[in-house]
Amino acid sequence: MMAFFRSFARNKGAVVGLVVLALVFAMAGLADVIFPGTPWDMVAAPFMPPGEMDMWLGSDSLGRDVAAGIAHGSRISLLVGAVSTVVALALGVSLGAVAGYLGGFVDDLVMRFTEFFQTIPSFVLAILLVAIFTPTISSVVFAIAVVSWPPVARVVRAEFLSLRSREFVQAAEVLGKSRLSIVVGDILPNALSPIIVLSSLMVANAILLESALSFLGLGDPNLMTWGFLIGSGRSVIRLAWWMSVFPGIAIFLTVLALNLVGEGLSDALNPRLAGRRT
Amino acid sequence: MDPSKLPGFLAKRLVKAAIVVLAIVVCNFFLIHAAPGDPASVIAGQSGAADERFLQQLRTQFGLDQPLYVQLWIYVKGVLTLDLGFSHRQQMPVATLILDRLPATLLLTGAAFAFAITLGITLGTLAAQRVGSWADSVITVLALTFYATPLFWVGLMLVLFFSVWLEWLPSFGMMSVGANLTGIAAVLDVAKHLLLPALTLGLFYMAVYARLTRATMLEVADQDFVKTARAKGVPEGQVVRRHVLRNALLPVITFAGIQAGQLVGGSILVETVFAWPGIGRLAFEALLARDYPVLMGVFFATSVMVVLFNLLTDLLYAVVDPRVEVA
Repeated sequence: MMAFFRSFARNKGAVVGLVVLALVFAMAGLADVIFPGTPWDMVAAPFMPPGEMDMWLGSDSLGRDVAAGIAHGSRISLLVGAVSTVVALALGVSLGAVAGYLGGFVDDLVMRFTEFFQTIPSFVLAILLVAIFTPTISSVVFAIAVVSWPPVARVVRAEFLSLRSREFVQAAEVLGKSRLSIVVGDILPNALSPIIVLSSLMVANAILLESALSFLGLGDPNLMTWGFLIGSGRSVIRLAWWMSVFPGIAIFLTVLALNLVGEGLSDALNPRLAGRRT
Repeated sequence: MDPSKLPGFLAKRLVKAAIVVLAIVVCNFFLIHAAPGDPASVIAGQSGAADERFLQQLRTQFGLDQPLYVQLWIYVKGVLTLDLGFSHRQQMPVATLILDRLPATLLLTGAAFAFAITLGITLGTLAAQRVGSWADSVITVLALTFYATPLFWVGLMLVLFFSVWLEWLPSFGMMSVGANLTGIAAVLDVAKHLLLPALTLGLFYMAVYARLTRATMLEVADQDFVKTARAKGVPEGQVVRRHVLRNALLPVITFAGIQAGQLVGGSILVETVFAWPGIGRLAFEALLARDYPVLMGVFFATSVMVVLFNLLTDLLYAVVDPRVEVA
C-alpha cells in the first residue's frame, strides 16, 4: 500500500489533480454554507460584471449569482459522473466477464453487441434517450451509462480471457467452486487495476457528457448545472462573457484533475509501465 | 492485398454495415415504443397535441393495433424505402429535411477532419523525431487540454475571442445574410464562416491524432527494417517518410474510423454554437420542439454516415496495407 502511494506521488500531475479534485469536492460539500438558499434566486442586478455588488464571478441575465450556480452545479456534475460510471461499470464488467470467461459463441455475440454500440454515434443516441424519456437526473444518468459501458466490456473481456487459463483459476475449478464464485472471487480481483484506471477517465467523460446534454437544454429542469449555466450565457456572450467563461473553467479543471489522477493511478498500478508512457 | 480477394472482402464488409444499419432501425422502433405515452403521438411528433383523426390515421398506417412484429416489419420497410416519417411541425418529410441539411454537415465534418488529420500527423511526426522538443511538449499540453474541455465551450471561447473581441471572423451562420455573393467571393465568404466551427470540431481530434502518430512512430522506429534502411545509408528524411511514417499511419487510419461517430456527434454541439445550418442544428431545433421523428431520422442518418465512413477506412486500409488478410 505504501509503495502504491509512493509511486502515485512520484507523478506530480496526479498530485495536483488530486488537490484540485479535493477542492471541487469541498466546493460541492460547502455550497449550502457559502451560498445559502437556492442558486435560482435573484440576488443582484442583472449582468453585473465580476467583482461588483459582492459577486466574485458576476451575475446572469436574471440577476442570479454565477458563483453560487457553479458551487451548486458541482454537486450535480460529481453526482452524475459518479453514479453513471457505477452503472456503466456494472453493465460493462458483467458483459465483459461473461464474454471473456465463457468464450466461444457467447463471446462472439457479446462482442458484436459491444461493437455495435461503439460504432453508432453515441452522443446522438444519448440525446435521443434523454429526449424520449424526458429530461430528469435519472434519465441523464441512464443515457450516459448506456453510451459509456463498451470500453469497460472490452477491457474486462481481455483480462478475463488471459486470466481464465491461469493456474489459480484451474485450481479453483478443480476444487469444485461454482462458476460465479470463480468469476467474482478469483478472477475479478485480479482484473481490478485496469478497471480502476478506466473508471476515473469514465467519470471525467461522464461529466463532459452531462455538461453537453444540459448545454443543449436536456438537463433536469429543476437542477442547476454547469452545462445549463453555459447554455444560458451563450446568447448573451457579447454582453456578459463571464456567464459562459467561468462555468467552463470549472468543467475544465474538474475533468483535467480526473484525467491526471487517472494517469497517476495507471502509473501506480502498473509500476513497470510508469515512465515509459507516451 | 491480393486484388482478386477484394470483392469478397468488400462484400463481407457491406453485409456487416447492412446489419448495423438494420440494428439501428430496430433500435429506433423500440425507442418509439419505450417512450411514455401513445406511440402514435410520438410518431406525430407532438405529445397529445395532434388531432385525433391524424392519430387514428397513423395508427392504421403503422398498424399500431396489430402485433408488435407486424409493426416492426412495417416500420423497417418504411425506413428502407427512405421513408423516415413526416415532421408534423415543419410540414415536410423527414428525409427531405435531412437531405437539405446534409451538405453543410459534410462540409463541416470534412473540413474539421482534414484539418485534424493533416496537422495531427505533422505535429506527431515532429514530436516523434525529437522527443522532448517544443513540438513534443505542445502536443502533450494540447492533448491534456482538449481532452478536458467541453467542445461547445471551446467554440464559445473562440467566438468570444475572434468574433466579439477581435471582430475578425463571423460568429454564426454559413454565409453573410443578404450579401448575395457569387463566384470566388461566395466561396471565400463560406470559408470565413467555416473557419471557427471547423477549428472547434477539429482541435480535439488533432491532439488525439498527434499523440497516436507520435506513439506509433516511436514504436515503428525501433523495428529491424528501419535499422536496415539506415544501415544501407538511406537518407534520414526518406527513412522517416517512406519507412516509418507509412507504417505508423495504419493505426491512425483505424482510429479515425472508430472515432467517426464521435466526430459526427460533436458536430451537433458545434453546429448549435455556430448556428451552422446542418443536421446537428436540425437536431437541436427538433429537440426544442420535441419533434421525435426528426430526432430519430438524425440518429439514423448520422449512423449511416458513420457506417459508410468505416467502410471507407476499411477499404483504404486494405489497399494501403498488403498484410491485411480477408477477415
